[in-house]
Amino acid sequence: MELISQHTKEIMEGCKARARDAGLRFQDESLEYIVTNRDLLELGPKNMIPTLYDYWVHDVEVLQEKGKYELYPNNPYETVINTRPAISFYNDNNPDWLNVMIFYHVLAHIDFFQNNLYYRNTWDEDFAGQALSDKRAIAALRSEKGRWVDYVIEFSRGIDNLVDHYGELSRLGRPAETQPITRIDYYFDVFLQSVQKVAVAEYMKELERYNQTVRDFDPMAESVFFAETRKKYPEFDALYEKRKREEKTPAQDLIQYLAQHAQWLQQPENQWMKTVMEIVRRTSLYFQPQIRTKILNEGWASYWHEKLFLTDDRIRGNEVSYARVNAKVTAMPRMGLNPYALGMRLLSHLEEMADKGRISYEYQRLVDDDQRRQYDRHTGKGPSFVFDVRENFNDFTFIHTFVDQDFVTANRLFVAGRRLNSQRGVWEYFVKSRNAEEYKKMILESLYHPPYIHVDEEKTKDGILYLHHAYEGKPLVREYISNTMLGIEYLWGGTVRLETTEAEEELSSGYDDIQPFYMPPEAAKPEDKKIKLQQIIYTMEKRKLTRAVQ
Amino acid sequence: MKIKSFSDYADFSDLQDESLPEVPAAQRLASIGDLLERDSQREKDGFPRKIRIGRIVKPGRGLKEKIVIVPTTVEEKFLHDTREQDQEEAGQAGGAGEGEEGQVVGEEPVHGEEGSGAGGPGQGEGGEHEIEAGAYDLGRVISEQFELPNLKAKGRRRFLKKFSYELTDRHEGFGQLLDKKATLRKIIETNIGLDKIPDVSDIDPTKLLVSPEDSVYRILSPERDLESQALVFFVRDYSGSMWGKPTELVVAQHVLIYSWLMFQYERQVVTRFILHDTTAREVSDFYTYYSLKVAGGTKMESAYRMINEIVEADSLDRDYNIYVFHGSDGDDWERDGKTALAQLRKMIGYCSRIGITITPASMADTTTAERYIRDSKILEEHPKEIRLDTIDEDAGDMRLIEGIRKLIS
Repeated sequence: MELISQHTKEIMEGCKARARDAGLRFQDESLEYIVTNRDLLELGPKNMIPTLYDYWVHDVEVLQEKGKYELYPNNPYETVINTRPAISFYNDNNPDWLNVMIFYHVLAHIDFFQNNLYYRNTWDEDFAGQALSDKRAIAALRSEKGRWVDYVIEFSRGIDNLVDHYGELSRLGRPAETQPITRIDYYFDVFLQSVQKVAVAEYMKELERYNQTVRDFDPMAESVFFAETRKKYPEFDALYEKRKREEKTPAQDLIQYLAQHAQWLQQPENQWMKTVMEIVRRTSLYFQPQIRTKILNEGWASYWHEKLFLTDDRIRGNEVSYARVNAKVTAMPRMGLNPYALGMRLLSHLEEMADKGRISYEYQRLVDDDQRRQYDRHTGKGPSFVFDVRENFNDFTFIHTFVDQDFVTANRLFVAGRRLNSQRGVWEYFVKSRNAEEYKKMILESLYHPPYIHVDEEKTKDGILYLHHAYEGKPLVREYISNTMLGIEYLWGGTVRLETTEAEEELSSGYDDIQPFYMPPEAAKPEDKKIKLQQIIYTMEKRKLTRAVQ
Repeated sequence: MKIKSFSDYADFSDLQDESLPEVPAAQRLASIGDLLERDSQREKDGFPRKIRIGRIVKPGRGLKEKIVIVPTTVEEKFLHDTREQDQEEAGQAGGAGEGEEGQVVGEEPVHGEEGSGAGGPGQGEGGEHEIEAGAYDLGRVISEQFELPNLKAKGRRRFLKKFSYELTDRHEGFGQLLDKKATLRKIIETNIGLDKIPDVSDIDPTKLLVSPEDSVYRILSPERDLESQALVFFVRDYSGSMWGKPTELVVAQHVLIYSWLMFQYERQVVTRFILHDTTAREVSDFYTYYSLKVAGGTKMESAYRMINEIVEADSLDRDYNIYVFHGSDGDDWERDGKTALAQLRKMIGYCSRIGITITPASMADTTTAERYIRDSKILEEHPKEIRLDTIDEDAGDMRLIEGIRKLIS
């Protein structure tokens, strides 16, 4: 792996200047490396981060049969690494004009990494450096503890998709001066409404009493008011203190909870495991924003490489070659989802919409097709609007907010369904729907969405960890539950329970008593499938998993 | 038609048009031995084994795919189960372009779908050849990891065009290593001829004449090796009733058996593929063997007869250890199996092992074939030559290997 030549670096610096002029914002320094196939072999398993910690699974082909995207949401071969300074990788035989185009693409990625708010948690650190120190820490531990380090890595990775990325962002985004809830706020907003559940009239009466107290005793109003209150609700102070305590301990994801509360991990000889767990957790958190912004990030980069390269004089003479490369990357495929194409088209669509002032209630209210088509307020807000999108959206909000029928129709998008044609022995793909809502739903369903599983602290007692899975319409992959819970049991040092929801299938078909001679495939499908949901409790005790219907 | 999901796109592959390295994972590994050792250590530490033997289909150029066999693993996590419940109309994807709602815009073979990604046997011309590289390693993995028995060669040996070089030949005048004893003997011989030794009981070595030609050397020479060779017939029922899972199981098991034999016979394995419904046909490669499907009935006799004919025609039994592995759902139109059994008995005469795997459709109790084979007592009469195993539809890899052990031990 070596740095690009000075000649190529100069091209990069030129691209930076033009990208800045166009409004992109990124750190001055960046590192560009030439990689060979051999380098790629090593980098691929480590998501192109050369300094990522070593782990044997990186050396084995990993099966991707079930829930592929959920399990391995990254394509390992990315070009740009979100570190400070940003690192990017290049083929050694790219012609100059292609490098110019790729540089624009890369710069837009760097701009995205450094400005999109979902990356807030990665802004303050140089991940490559952090990873290097983590790698060394793990290597040192491994020389001491041997294979047990790998077990801890494995078990921590088993739950590393449950890291609380949004929680982390929320804590980072909170202004420093945020105070814990005030006594007054707690009394009126929480205590009266949620704890006492008083009637509206009673609530109004209390409000009036407060206002009266303020009028009468202004500087000391609060203490007078609560002196009165205490007579009525003697438990109020205790509840308020409790609430304040709770606020101080931030929400924790499972790895953090285990590190803090597992007795087994507090023992001196097991303390080292917490280091490993934290490394795994931090690494996972680092990847979270990238996983959740694939469409927007690639769309943004494609939008800019097109925009900047088309106005760059270095395209001259290479227009046709460029068109070919660009078409390959950004053409809408007949079937399948191309994040480059989809993101880029949606951004361009939004730019046009904003330019014409169509992102407004006034426009939305129009029902007349002709009026809609001619609606143009010449606001000139297009460019600033897409910059706003780049800063504040991720894939989910981007698609959810902006995919509308205009967009779907203009790009002739459709949801493709798949059905079996048993006569010809093929799966047929057909145009299932051109409805924007359907299309949106299809994309949203394919986005990364790990299950929400948290520790139920009230039910966690007598050394038994109680996990609760919030059911969102899909059960957990059953084959994976056992090994995942085995890992949690090891880290927790005791029995672990998981409450989840599964569908109960009842077959009511009369085949049982008929000896089938030959059954065509379509008849093999059980009829009258009834799906009933039931609560299931899995218990992992002494490395044995049991399943019970609640 | 292969649908790319949006996680399949990446800058490096798509923007820079870099053909990504396609080195079999087996080569990436430090060593399979290390992996296996790690895995058996896991078991001693009280955790379930994690290395699985995988049959991975690598998409190659265009529509061709090739099979690579490697040890694999999966990192289990809590995940949403997004597998569709409905088999008939499953999966959604995005698309763009013309077409009314309801219009068909593309298709893909049913088996192609099952084979893509991983976990299933795959497709690609020359699949048989591609499979070989990984198969030897896989064979080693399953032999060692699952402690499958080693084979005893049946005794028939065959010259191969394979040589090993050894210092066994003697050569006068020059060579790699002086054979002192032989040289001395030669010198004595020459000197007797020259009348230099009047009294053999009292030789004076200083008087002897030593000619350069008398030096005898050991010289490197090619030695022809004798090795057993195996001929394996893979037989699959491709009748209409063999649909979905049973086929997958049979083929998966056949890949494993093939790999194991590759290892046992040091790659000296010849394979023949035979498909049958009511009639049998031989196909040239693994891909066809895997993917063909018809909707006919079943006659096992047809396949057995075909094997007998092939073997007889070329007297293959003289030169090969012959194995026959047959996978079926156990349906047979021939209720009493009279002719099938006759052909089977004939096969037993020359086969090292016949292994029959039956994957009955879930609702059947005992299948026709299983019944007539058991009734015939053929299994008890020739326990060394023929084995039968019945596998449930939802069996996993472990069960398949268990099945192999049953078939070959």
